[in-house]
Formats: sequence, structure tokens, C-alpha cells
Amino acid sequence: MTEAIQILSRGLGAGGIYALLSLGFVIIYRASRVISFAQPALMLAGAVIVSRLAPEVGFYGALAAGMALTATLALAVERVAVRPMVGRPVFTVAIITLGVDAVIRVFANSVIGVGLLQLGDPWGLSETTVFGVEVQQRSLVIVAATALAGTILYVFFRFSRMGLAMRAVAVDQETALAHGISVGAVFAFSWAIAGALAALGGAMAAVGGSVDANLWLTALVALPVIILGGLDSLPGAVVAGLVVGVVQETLATYQHTFPNWLGGNVATLTPFAVMMIVLLVRPYGLFGTREVERV
Amino acid sequence: MNRPLMHHRYSSDMALLNTRAKKVAMLALLAVAALLALLLTDDYLQLLATGAATAIGIIGLNLATGYAGQVSLGHAFFLAIGAYTAAAISGDPHGRTIGLGITSILVWLPAAGLVAAAVGALVAPLAVRLRGLYLAIVTLGLVFVGGYVFGEWRELTGGSGIGRPAAVPELFGVRLDRSTALFTRDQQLYWLMLTLLVLFALAARNVARSRVGRAFNAIRDRDIAAGIMGINLARYKTIAFALSSFYAGCAGGLLFCITGYLTPDNFNLALSVVAIAMVLVGGAGTISGAVLGAFFFTLLSPLTKALPSLVPAVTDDATRTPNIFQLETVAYGALIVVFLVFEPRGLYGLWVRLRSYWKAWPFSY
Repeated sequence: MTEAIQILSRGLGAGGIYALLSLGFVIIYRASRVISFAQPALMLAGAVIVSRLAPEVGFYGALAAGMALTATLALAVERVAVRPMVGRPVFTVAIITLGVDAVIRVFANSVIGVGLLQLGDPWGLSETTVFGVEVQQRSLVIVAATALAGTILYVFFRFSRMGLAMRAVAVDQETALAHGISVGAVFAFSWAIAGALAALGGAMAAVGGSVDANLWLTALVALPVIILGGLDSLPGAVVAGLVVGVVQETLATYQHTFPNWLGGNVATLTPFAVMMIVLLVRPYGLFGTREVERV
Repeated sequence: MNRPLMHHRYSSDMALLNTRAKKVAMLALLAVAALLALLLTDDYLQLLATGAATAIGIIGLNLATGYAGQVSLGHAFFLAIGAYTAAAISGDPHGRTIGLGITSILVWLPAAGLVAAAVGALVAPLAVRLRGLYLAIVTLGLVFVGGYVFGEWRELTGGSGIGRPAAVPELFGVRLDRSTALFTRDQQLYWLMLTLLVLFALAARNVARSRVGRAFNAIRDRDIAAGIMGINLARYKTIAFALSSFYAGCAGGLLFCITGYLTPDNFNLALSVVAIAMVLVGGAGTISGAVLGAFFFTLLSPLTKALPSLVPAVTDDATRTPNIFQLETVAYGALIVVFLVFEPRGLYGLWVRLRSYWKAWPFSY
């Protein structure tokens, strides 16, 4: 039981990071039908900014500033590289974001250099006792951050004018345009939110560890997560993120009992394996909207 | 018959080299390419040989992505399968890693292609069910799964960071990767890659102008409409993936002959991305575009390597900024963005513009 709760807490912690990143992917996808491969680089950039600012203004101030700055960076990317491509094939735009990703990542990595950046967060690897079980504080923090971000997004999409506009654009861009919604503003806003979420996810992924060049690989794991949840479903992103996190942690805990030929770290493949199996059965993910084929 | 642009028959319109100018230019190009081996120094030949082997793989990716519209970010995975099949067949039977000791290129090259094609056909059911970006991400997953499998399977690959010797190119009993009395190693390898590139490019051109190629184009342009016209989507998507993987497998086997060594770390996501970049920068949906793209990116790397001697601020020390590796990555990224925004038809599109400008000159139409 103790072990089960520990696995669950670690899994939800890892899953929370996936969920935060996936939300960013999904919000951009809903606005512009494009998967932004620049998201991993934005996450790395966000984490780097937070770790550089933390000694100056403290962790919370750095987190807020990092989210704001990464959102601005995402806005710039959208305006310069993505907006001119409206109306072009979505794959072309996706490849452009791949190019942007490469460029941003080089700059983020050059700030990191050869050393490791510390985040200066107040939790580190310290543990706390919940129901008599030792769990890592950072898992609880990540789950709390995910819950908070999810709630804010829910309230935003459900009750605000901009949220309504974004939902309308997600359903049908041209109809939304005809109703006087500024689709350009929706694009910009979506990218900004995604940038802020990427920075938050990046910072959370670095809690208890350090900011290094491999952090962006975590964001790539969020790609199967969004496919699993369905590309256009916000709840799907959260659920799939948490599920993948927990499954991965469970496998990671028990993989030493697996046969040797599977290799030592088979749990890292979980997101991709789960994605492929689910896609063969449900091509639009668990919660994704089934595309209606019109001729 | 001195009006070469007037075609009386469908077959002459569809001919590979349908004008005299093209015939002459192609023959001249091939002659120059073949003679280059005698003029250039060995390090340039090695570079050109790498470009030719890369071009074979890019032609394959272009068949799936440019012609059939099936976006694949998993090309690195198929290159890896080909490279390891070739290495395992031609490897030393008493070595540290798996090897059958059959060094003839006539055996391992088709085998590498066929094994990769078989795996491609296995993946194809996913492509049949998925479209667009869903497919791109699933194929991206292949790279990760492949990276793990090849990293762990140490008997075959030697393991990450260690690696194993690559395939041995031996043709009719002559080791092409060793200098002979007449020619150097790099001259022989260059001629081998050039010949194979011509053969593979011809085959791809012929596929593209056949019934299969037309089916690919129809699927790319509108798969529902293609299905309604009676094109068997499952069948042709499977053919596209198998064919593309065949080319990738052969290219994988050949590419590492040149350096002679390969590790699982060679086949990462960056390789897949560069492959897509080569297709898009060269010109999607054209064979010559794929070849142009492959050579363009291959020849770019010595340029960036020469930078430190030209610009003193740039170093070739990976731990300092700015270094050539950073510049190279930025250049790749920026090239992708610039080409897609300003010239979506790629280098081939630039060539078409140039050609039609001079054709009509001095008129503007």
C-alpha cells in the first residue's frame, strides 16, 4: 500500500508535467490546427529564464517573470513564423515550428553552457508525510500546479469573452470570423498561453533536478500524450498526461523484474507504446473529436 | 522534326528526358560527375559520396512524403534498420557483434532494402488509419522506440556510444573501401555511390510516372477523392511506405560504408528532421529536388566547418559560444523557415523560375 501511494504520487507528479505541456500543444492546435513542435524549445527556454532570474528575484517572482517572458517569445514566434503561413498546408506550418524549435534550443543551450543550472526552488527532493507515507514534496507541488492551471483554464474558457472566442474558432474558423471574432487575436492569445504553460511545465520538470539540455526530451514525451488524449481535447490532455505518468512510474518501479532482453529502461517507451496501441483502436485518441469526412 | 517541344504521342510527352536540351544536359552532367573523381581530392570525394548516398535515402522519403503525401518523421528509424541489416550480413563472424561474413554488396544491399521495406509494410497499417499530423507523431514515436531497441541490443549494435563496424562494400571480390593499385578508396566509393544514385533515381522517376505514381499523387492531393475514383488507399499507402523504407534501408547500408563505423546514436530525431528539411528545401514531389536537397545540406557542413578560419568569433570548440555546431543547427532551422515561407517548391522551384525566365527572355511571358 505504501509503495502504491508512492508510485501514484511520483506518477501523478510526472504526469502533471506532461499534462501542463500537453495543454499548451492542444490550445495551439485548437486555434490553428497545427501541432507546434516549438513547444519543447519554449519549455527549455522557460526553465532557463526561471533559473537565471531565481537568484535575483526569488523563485516565485522568477516563475512569474519566466512565464511572462516565454509567453512573449511564443507571441513573437507566432507573429513572425506562423501567422504568414495562414491558409498553407498544416504540415508546412508544423515543419516551420520544427525549424523554430532548433533555433530557440541552440540559444537556450548556449545559456546553459556546460554546467547545470539550478532552479532555486524551495522544495528540492525533500519529502513530507501524507497519510503516514513519505512522498516527495515536488510531486504534490506539480499536482497542485496542474490542478490550478487546469482550473484557471476551465474558468477562462467557460466564462470569459476571449475563452468563448477561442472555443468558437476551434469549432469553425471562418464562421467565427464572420461573427466578428478576431481570429488573429485568438491565434496570438493561444500561443501566449501555450508559452506560459511551457515555461511552467519546464520549471516544474526541473524542480528537484537541474535545467539541462535534455529537458526538452520530456516535452517530446508530451506528443504521444496529446495524441492519446485527442489532439483537440483539453480534458483529454490532462487525463492522458496523468495516465501516462502513472503507467510509466509503475513500469519503472517493477521493470527490474522484467526479462533481461527487454533492457534496463523499458519504461521510457511507455508513452509511445500506449499511444500506438490506442491509435490502432481509436484513431482520434480517447477524447478527440472524430473528423467528419466531407467530399 | 526540329520542334522538340511539340509532342505527337503520349509516350514522347511522358518520356524521361523529353527534350533534346534535357538529354544533352543530363549526359553532360553525368560525364562531369564521373570525371570529378579524377579531379577532386579525396576529402571532397568522400563528401560527394556521402551526398549521393544521402540522396538515395531522401528520394525514398520524397516518394512517401512528397509524392504520396504521407508525412514521415521516422526516416531515421528505417535508415537504422538498413544500416544494421547491412552491417550484420557483411560483418566479421568472429567479431564482437553479430556478423554473417557475406561481404558482397550484391547481397547486403538488396537485403538491407528488403528488411527495411518489410518493417515499413508492418508500420503501414497505422498510416492507413491515420492522417496528417497524427501520422507524423506516430512515426516520430518509431524513432524513439528504435533508438531504445538499437541502444539495448548490444549483440547487434555494440551499444550506445560504442558502436560497431559498418557494412563492407565488396564488388566481384574487390574491396572498394581499400585503395587498389589504380584508384584510391574514395574514388571507388564515389563511383559506387554515384552509379547507385543514378540507378535509384531512375527507378524512382519511373515509379513516379507510372500507375503507382499517379495513385500516390491522387492520394496526396485528396485521399477521399482518390478512394472514390477507385484507388485502393490501403494498398497504395502500404506501397508508398514499403518503397520509401526500401530506399531508406539501402541508403542506410551505404551511408555508413563511407565512414566505416556506426553507433545507435547516429539515428536520432535530428536525423529525421534533417531528412524532412532536405526534402522540403530541395523540392517536395520531385526526384531532382530530393537530390538537390541532399547535396545542398551535405555540402553545407564543410562550409560551416570552414567558418572558424574566416570569422574569428566562431570557434570549433563545442563548449564555447558561438561554435560551429550551434551555427549549423541555427542554419538548418532558419533555412527550413525561409524556404517554406518564401519558396515552398524549394531549390527545384528556384531552378524552374530561373529556367522559365531565360526561356522567355527578353520577354516577361
